Amino acid sequence: MEMTGAEIICESLLREGVDTIFGLPGGAVLPFYGALSGYPQLRHILVRHEQAAAMAADGYARATGKVGVCSATSGPGATNLVTGLASAQMDSVPIVCITGQVPRPAIGRDAFQETDITGITLPVTKHNYLVMDVRDIAPVIKEAFYIARTGRPGPVLIDVPKDVLAGDKIEFEWPESIDLPGYEPPGEPDPRQVAAAANLINEAERPVILAGHGVLISRAWEELRALAEKAQIPVITTLLGIGSLPTDHVLHMGMPGMHGMAYASLAIDRSDLVIALGARFDDRVTGRLSDFAPGAKIIHFDVDPSEFNKNVVADVPVLGDLKAGLRALIQRVNSNVHMDWIRECDRLRAEHPSLFIRKSDVLLPQQVLKELSDETNGESIIVTGVGQHQMWAAQHYGYKEPNSLITSGGSGAMGFEVPAALGAKVGRPDKTVWSIAGDGGFQMTLCDLATAVENNIDVKYAILNNGSLGMVRQWQDFFYDKDFFSTIYSKNPDFVKLAEAYGIRGIRVTKQEEVSGAIQEAMETPGPVVVDFVVKEDEFVFPMIPAGESVHEMLEEPEAEGVAIETA
Amino acid sequence: MKPHNSQQHTIVALVHDRPGVLARIASLFRRRGFNIASLAVGASEQAGLSRLTFVVTGDQYTVEQATAHLDKLIDVVKVSNISNEDAVARELALIKVRATPSNRSEILEMANLFRAKIVDVGARSLVVEITGEEDKIDALYDLLRPFGILELMRTGRVAMVRGKSGGRVSDDVGADAIIMGRNGMAAQLAGSVPGHYEGV
Repeated sequence: MEMTGAEIICESLLREGVDTIFGLPGGAVLPFYGALSGYPQLRHILVRHEQAAAMAADGYARATGKVGVCSATSGPGATNLVTGLASAQMDSVPIVCITGQVPRPAIGRDAFQETDITGITLPVTKHNYLVMDVRDIAPVIKEAFYIARTGRPGPVLIDVPKDVLAGDKIEFEWPESIDLPGYEPPGEPDPRQVAAAANLINEAERPVILAGHGVLISRAWEELRALAEKAQIPVITTLLGIGSLPTDHVLHMGMPGMHGMAYASLAIDRSDLVIALGARFDDRVTGRLSDFAPGAKIIHFDVDPSEFNKNVVADVPVLGDLKAGLRALIQRVNSNVHMDWIRECDRLRAEHPSLFIRKSDVLLPQQVLKELSDETNGESIIVTGVGQHQMWAAQHYGYKEPNSLITSGGSGAMGFEVPAALGAKVGRPDKTVWSIAGDGGFQMTLCDLATAVENNIDVKYAILNNGSLGMVRQWQDFFYDKDFFSTIYSKNPDFVKLAEAYGIRGIRVTKQEEVSGAIQEAMETPGPVVVDFVVKEDEFVFPMIPAGESVHEMLEEPEAEGVAIETA
Repeated sequence: MKPHNSQQHTIVALVHDRPGVLARIASLFRRRGFNIASLAVGASEQAGLSRLTFVVTGDQYTVEQATAHLDKLIDVVKVSNISNEDAVARELALIKVRATPSNRSEILEMANLFRAKIVDVGARSLVVEITGEEDKIDALYDLLRPFGILELMRTGRVAMVRGKSGGRVSDDVGADAIIMGRNGMAAQLAGSVPGHYEGV
């Protein structure tokens, strides 16, 4: 049957197993929407702002392990996707974006709603396409999904001019294979590299595993656990690696870095071998590079060769798929106990509790996360924005399952929590999804509460409301002479009334004893709920290693009892 | 090819001949802060594929990163750093030099010494075409300078691994390094990975 370009997109999306598209139409992309209305198998979730479409696709992709799909029109529709694309690119999340473009004859003439979106998104996509021929649509879509989900995943944007969507009809043909000579995702690692890694592990006395997002992307959490248990190696997870080993596992040693647990950073500092698994040595993890893991050799497993030696020089780089690499490695690694080292790690944990929540007369944000963890048994999907609440969510929630923390890590995009939680819930309707927001980030994307309501997407929104841009305020307090310029929101809206305006339940919590009841009430209420936790406004995230410094300059919670500030 | 200045590296890339390929490469170099000293591009022996020669200025770290990131571009089929290979490297330059009837023969003589050609004769100028390694072009340029240079156009380096190195083509150099994850890079890189930067 002959089809238009728009129909070919729909058919191709079905072939790729797509069931959901987050998007918002406009002039140039309308032919696609015209076709989409005839494809009820492709559920279109209409958002209120295109940024939400990209971020919802991100949340969907991370919660399901599938490729997330979003769509927007040309010009401002497409540029509104950019923040979401940049976040997905930094966090290696597979997304395919379909944008409308002005008709081919209008391209380059500054037509209405014309923007060079392929030019704009060059640095924030894994790859992008401007499709100038209807015959290229099906092959490009097949390629785009392949590129998005394989190797190191990432976002791919496909820009299609209106007259390619709605012009000539051609016979639909789904390509059987992909011809991409310039793109070969690494497969199994070279056995020689695996053997070299195993030798270092077998010789090490104080090894640590640094588990990153790669463990989750390659679905290698069982292999991670097997390796850690066989050789008795403490596992430290990066922000995006959280959930790769249950937080309550005896070998789990927390998150390192700027706001990580002190004992995790100290364990890396004292280790003689860092086994980095799909982690990219972000500056928030390493601090000052010259002081990172000074006594350690580095094994670096990665599927992206450009990550080797980028920030930290690897003694043994292992290029390839992590799951295959770990399977091969486990065979070659000796069973071990490292008793002295495990004892030292336990001592670090005892001396630097880090997750201590002090007594307080007012509601502390940490308490909210701790009680949420207890009430949900660590089994919810937690979707956060960026800032203090994000760090407290990383610290105080006891994640039990892989892919249960969804956060904008590398890019640090505030406002991610509202739409990404929508996407996560659409992808995993069986799970309770909590969006943890600050009052700052929540107001960046709250317009898409309407999307949750309209589509009955059952997300529980928790706002840790301190009436300020808390993390920025913390930096002002520590490093800018307490000059709290432009970080205080003195006239926030009434979030409970706001929820009611959207037709959903709003709950305000101001007292410590109300926390657990509000969490239970939110979960017992069908549909989206907003819980406004009014928390202490000038609370700090501890520990903190200031930017560009090392574990030796770490600041710990001053009131934590039994803390010995001893970092030598 | 004589040994390179440690700051200059020759990278050869085979790329798809598609719209936007140069923009992708330029965007990558700009974003990551790599410096291109020269870039030459043209058709390869395979239809639909172009071959590029880059000269990248920087230390070992920079060239490693530049090569690895280039290789990630979907439109880039193969990349190799041929700086340490036995290779031929050439550049072509057109030099428009001020010439009067009285000194024209002197310029011609110099051009002949360098096996350069005169490709245009004007009333007050000559255009000299010279091909060779950069040093040779620099040398002729310096000799012509006293006459008055009106215009200079250089193509940038093109380079190719010599046939005697196992019959390999330029694109295959470095393939082992990628498979092996650049074993042994640690020692070479230890001094050059930027260890300090202002905290972000």
